[in-house]
Amino acid sequence: MAYTDTEVLEGLAEIIAEETGLPTDAVQLDKSFTDDLDIDSLSMMTIVTHAEDKFSVRIPDDEVKNLTTVGDAVKFITAAQD
Amino acid sequence: MSVTLRQNTPVAFSRILGIGAERGELVVTNDDLAGPIGSSDEWIRQRTGIVTRTRAGDDRDVLDLSEAASLKALAAAGVAPDQIDTVVVSTVTHDMRTPSAAAIVADRIGANPAAAYDISAACAGYCYAIGQADALVRSGAARHVLVVGAEKLSDIVDPTDRSISFLLGDGAGAAVVGPSDFPGIGPTVWGSDGAKAPSIGQTHTWTQLRDNPDLGWPTLRQDGQTVFKWASFQVVKFAEQAMAAAGVRPEDIDVFVPHQANMRIIDQMVKTLKLPATVVVGRDIADTGNTSAASIPLAVERLLAEGQAKPGDVTLQIGFGAGLVYAAQVVVLP
Repeated sequence: MAYTDTEVLEGLAEIIAEETGLPTDAVQLDKSFTDDLDIDSLSMMTIVTHAEDKFSVRIPDDEVKNLTTVGDAVKFITAAQD
Repeated sequence: MSVTLRQNTPVAFSRILGIGAERGELVVTNDDLAGPIGSSDEWIRQRTGIVTRTRAGDDRDVLDLSEAASLKALAAAGVAPDQIDTVVVSTVTHDMRTPSAAAIVADRIGANPAAAYDISAACAGYCYAIGQADALVRSGAARHVLVVGAEKLSDIVDPTDRSISFLLGDGAGAAVVGPSDFPGIGPTVWGSDGAKAPSIGQTHTWTQLRDNPDLGWPTLRQDGQTVFKWASFQVVKFAEQAMAAAGVRPEDIDVFVPHQANMRIIDQMVKTLKLPATVVVGRDIADTGNTSAASIPLAVERLLAEGQAKPGDVTLQIGFGAGLVYAAQVVVLP
């Protein structure tokens, strides 16, 4: 099942809310994981793992450092779906 | 075939008879280490859960730590040194390729001429060795096995390394394994993923150092994110398998002691395993740091010493680390 950009953003926001306690509407495309959402590199791996399960995609470990903003992650996940 | 060989007579059950611990005598705070890594006490606590780590001075090594822990384990088990017929030391920081730490430790504690060998399984080493001890005892190959997880990781730290050095501590934990009239050690679920070997390890090889002394003393480093993800979400499944293999359910577990790698990994494992809130979790890393092969027996000893765990408690233990390797089993505490 291919998720739309909006669905990926919503799904990611739920995962991030669960992991960090942030409200889902704090998760916007232009937000930086580290600078805006205060998500460190270990929490990022938890979020990535849950996203892989939720969207049935694979996000290689060495790709994670390139996902600076929420938008980067949405773009990667959407593109990774076949 | 003209003759039929005799093989060892198996015994029905094995268990851990006693545990002993020896931590480094120096207490090193986050403030002591934060400067060279451009960090702070707050950052280290938040990222790892560590407040202090214990380290040994220059005059103590893996042999000294092993000897001290072993004598305590023997006393706790009520087993005399000359009853030990096998000594297994799990370590990656013994200071020589050969002779083994185990042979020297066996001699020092009065267990000479026990069979003696070292194993190298990093932070899974104690659980690997417990699995071996269980097999040796139940197959009849050995009667009393001394298992030691011992490390002097402060010998291989780089004070400027932000990936792992500041987590590391020194110490040794020992266990005496012997025959039992009830099953005290469940099946060991163990394995490896050598494809991820570059994730944790020495910065360069001994021969690289020999040929280029400018490289400096090899130290430990890791790819923390890869290791966190592997441990928290993949390795944890082997803990589930170890429970199933032992015929127990999460509700039957009294104590959970994962390798004390990082409090964030411990927290995530507890979450993923859905262990009942009644389960006591080993969190010795807060004060002792990450002591690799020593971390599980040190954490168990602490829970027993503080009364948070008691003899007879059903305990799920899982080690995981450089290799990458992992090993898990359910045991009954002595």
